[in-house]
Amino acid sequence: MSEPTSSKPSKSTSIDINNLCLTFETQTEPVHALSDINLQINSGDFVSLIGPSGCGKTTLLRVIADLEKPTSGTITVEGKSPHEARLDRSYGYVFQTPALLPWRNIESNIHLPLEMSGYSKHEQKKLSQQYLSLVSLIGFEKKYPWQLSGGMQQRVSIARALSFNPDMLLMDEPFGALDEITRDRLNEELLHLWEKTQKTVVFVTHSIPEAVFLSSKIVVMSARPGKIINVIETNFSKDRTFDIRETPEFLEVSQLVREGLKEGHNDGS
Amino acid sequence: MEANRILNIIMSGSVGPVVILVSIIIMVWYAGAVYLNSSFLIDRYEKNNIDWSLSELATDSWSMERPVLPSPHQVAKELKKTIWDKKITSKHSLVFHSGVTLSSAMLGFAMGTFLGILLSVGIVYVPALDRTLMPWIIASQTIPILAIAPMIVVVLGSMGIVGLFPKATISTYLCFFPVVVGMVKGLRSPNIILVDLMHSYSASKAQVFWKLRIPASIPFLFASLKIAIALSIVGAIVAELPAGAQGGLGARLLSGSYYGQTNLIWAALITASVISATLVSVIGRMERSINKRMGLQT
Repeated sequence: MSEPTSSKPSKSTSIDINNLCLTFETQTEPVHALSDINLQINSGDFVSLIGPSGCGKTTLLRVIADLEKPTSGTITVEGKSPHEARLDRSYGYVFQTPALLPWRNIESNIHLPLEMSGYSKHEQKKLSQQYLSLVSLIGFEKKYPWQLSGGMQQRVSIARALSFNPDMLLMDEPFGALDEITRDRLNEELLHLWEKTQKTVVFVTHSIPEAVFLSSKIVVMSARPGKIINVIETNFSKDRTFDIRETPEFLEVSQLVREGLKEGHNDGS
Repeated sequence: MEANRILNIIMSGSVGPVVILVSIIIMVWYAGAVYLNSSFLIDRYEKNNIDWSLSELATDSWSMERPVLPSPHQVAKELKKTIWDKKITSKHSLVFHSGVTLSSAMLGFAMGTFLGILLSVGIVYVPALDRTLMPWIIASQTIPILAIAPMIVVVLGSMGIVGLFPKATISTYLCFFPVVVGMVKGLRSPNIILVDLMHSYSASKAQVFWKLRIPASIPFLFASLKIAIALSIVGAIVAELPAGAQGGLGARLLSGSYYGQTNLIWAALITASVISATLVSVIGRMERSINKRMGLQT
């Protein structure tokens, strides 16, 4: 199995957000989805955005992806505006649902972004094989999405997001709809993927254990207005397994995150 | 118990229920023929002082020259006479007339489907068309087709356009509507996440159209086509009524009612419905095979 490698310098800034605000104009009153967000994400970081529903974590991810426009403030993604970064296909986006096209088989679903990036048929085939093997789904090429379980579908979705070798992987609660056993397994798989590919990952979740286990940096957010309460760096070994969930360090970081969330909650009410 | 088991065996397949239903329809039909034709016959009996029994009444009402409602076997005889016994080039052959109707229906269906898809794409992609076009399209279907058909045929005729095309436009007029409604819904059916997904790949409008919206609309298209193809036959027949057409099932219906030949009318009606049902099932077959190729569950 060949590994996709990235030759980026290890500690350059991937995403730089300064004083960013986003207000949705509604018919009754403006909703401050994001308020004064400042965040630097380095290349190769695994950053989790965690917070209660309505704290703007998904909105922040969508701003990075140029799926929402900020009201004020600046943001650069890979040194470019989010718009340019999107046009350059700098990121692969994994949604809450697998978002596979039901009329395409698994292989052909992975070919979708490759077709649009102008890869040849031969390269498409090669890349889909490579990334399907990365998520252990060799043998399922000709199956259709409805023939796969939810967890397998989400793995296809991850393979698809990685297939065109973008700099970043943006993930919006990708395992939220899965049962806990599947979620744990996919968390471990994702960690290995991150190690292998060295991609910058921005990961939205509302699960504390998930955030602590996966992340090199945890961004704790609060709701109304959506703002950053705390940024916690972790320092677990790269080849960690779920056993670390019993260690004092893990529990300590979890406690920090929980306190941050609590603080944000008290602030809000 | 034994009777129950036999009943279960009969009703379990698809043949049993159909045979039973058709038998009931035929029985009701025979009874209806007696009922509807009886007053004329009883009049005649009384005028000629003939004694009559119920069985004589039934036999007579099933074998009249020009009954109000012909009996099934009379229609079957008429069908055999006009389908099997006549050469298909003959003016009296139902196959010939069906061919005339079918050709204009198919041309109209093709034009209506094309027009419907074109309009739906316009409505989905141009907001101004979405607001202005839809009320007119709906209004067009509230006008009785029988009222507008002669005008279309006459207007096109005065412009020197005669023959197949004016007839086909009536079918088009009926066909395009379900296609527009279905395709607008179909093209808009991809959920917001799939649209965002395409956006995240910085897909062009054309790519979103061909790779997302068109495939997503296929099931909606087929639902519409099934309605449209049946309407195309209705449209073609209606178009043949005012034109004084020499050929076509509509012309047969017209001459049948002109000469009071109800056998002929019923034979033409049954032929038209058999053609419609066949066409709808052809579309159904196409749908199944395309669904299979697209890997969709059916």
